[in-house]
Amino acid sequence: MKLIIAIIKPDRLESVKEELYKADVNLMTVNEVLGHGRQMGVTEVYRGAREMGNLLRKIRLEIAVNENFVEPTIKAIIKGAQTGEVGDGKIFVLDLAECIRIRTEERGGPAIG
Amino acid sequence: MLISTALVMLMTPGLAFFYGGMVGRKNVLTILIQCFILLSIISIQWVLYGYSLAFGPGKGFWGGFDWIGLTGVGLEPYKDYSATIPHQLFMVYQMMFAVITPALIIGAFAERMKFSAFVIIMILWATFVYDPVCHWVWGVGGWLREMGALDFAGGTVVHINAGIAALLTAILIKRRKGFDRKAILPHNLPFTVLGTALLWFGWFGFNAGSALAANGLAVNAFVVTNTAAAAAGLTWAIIDWIFNDKPTMLGTATGAVAGLVAITPAAGFVSALSAIAIGACVSIFCFIAVAWIKPKFGYDDALDVFGVHCIGGIWGALATGLFASKAINPDGANGLFFGNPKQFLIQLLAVLVTVAYSLVVTYIIYKLVDIVIKVRVPEKDENLGLDLTQHHENAYTVIE
Repeated sequence: MKLIIAIIKPDRLESVKEELYKADVNLMTVNEVLGHGRQMGVTEVYRGAREMGNLLRKIRLEIAVNENFVEPTIKAIIKGAQTGEVGDGKIFVLDLAECIRIRTEERGGPAIG
Repeated sequence: MLISTALVMLMTPGLAFFYGGMVGRKNVLTILIQCFILLSIISIQWVLYGYSLAFGPGKGFWGGFDWIGLTGVGLEPYKDYSATIPHQLFMVYQMMFAVITPALIIGAFAERMKFSAFVIIMILWATFVYDPVCHWVWGVGGWLREMGALDFAGGTVVHINAGIAALLTAILIKRRKGFDRKAILPHNLPFTVLGTALLWFGWFGFNAGSALAANGLAVNAFVVTNTAAAAAGLTWAIIDWIFNDKPTMLGTATGAVAGLVAITPAAGFVSALSAIAIGACVSIFCFIAVAWIKPKFGYDDALDVFGVHCIGGIWGALATGLFASKAINPDGANGLFFGNPKQFLIQLLAVLVTVAYSLVVTYIIYKLVDIVIKVRVPEKDENLGLDLTQHHENAYTVIE
């Protein structure tokens, strides 16, 4: 079992969701987060006060998958999120120790869905 | 009249919230600044030369240059417009109409126009579209006025004029990115409702104030304005209920605005019962325009300026030709339902002239500006949002 965390641009969320559905991945947790990578955010100005390197809005997806879904999920996220511009984001893959479905108390692979 | 002028002034900030609530979170400041900057720019334009072009004593294409910088526009009444209020009061009252008309167009190209291009287009539009059309319909010696076209408070001059320019601009600037993928959702509907309330409130100044006096005619306009807005808001809610299972806040607010639009040209000529009919029908027409015609043709009139203002304005102008009655306003005319079919044809001609002229000149202005500085923002800016890229500001903080 793996936990896939992806940080993507907000405007790519729809296309990433579409690609995930095509790959039969229907379970995800979506968060709105702030951050920046190498592009160092944007400058904002309020009454002349410059705020350098302000954090940009990003979307953080968390998806728990069984081994056979790891690559298809990664591919789907890339396909949906890639624009070739700076700031497309990152994908992290973590080992997942356990997963429990609360309703049935199933554990492990079957609980993931 | 001073109060009415202040009421109409408040409509532009009201419109800013009405539109601002309907766009994405990353573009709300852009809408607000566009409305507020127009309040500034057009106010200056009007004092410098706009009023002269629109209402000056010239008898041609526009009013001419006699009143540049308010020369000769004093504190004594100017009898051709009103014998009872100072000329400058009439001028400043009309200024607020000149401000809100281009502001209406903002909703069509929302979320994708460059701010610099916006400013230039709007100055040109106010000068070459609003001022001449205003002169034809309301100016002394204006040819549509001479012909007997009725427009009490701006159905043709304001709503059809801005609404058709909005449709064209939306088509020329093309759809927003991702428009075909999914509906772009309003980020703050309470803002939109606040804006609707301010618009409704301000509209009393818009319509009742157009009587230019605190008299019976003003009262009639006030009553029918409220009646039409109520009928149209209610009708839209019912339509929503029938076709979309539930009545919606956005639908009710949209209906109310459509009702206000439709009653605008008719406010000084029709009865309260006619206003109910005008209001109920406008929601049906605008609903068809917004829910069926727009998706069918696929243009991205982002906030339905054409669907609500142009369609509503056309219905209102034509309805004036149907429901107008001399019993309400002896200085007006009778419409088709009161035995005068000719009035309906005059109204139709005024609508067609406004649509045609506004289309042609808006097209020329847009293309000129597009050649010189490109109207649309780069795709990268559109993704990040216009608030950040055009204004270096964010409307909402996430942390603290």
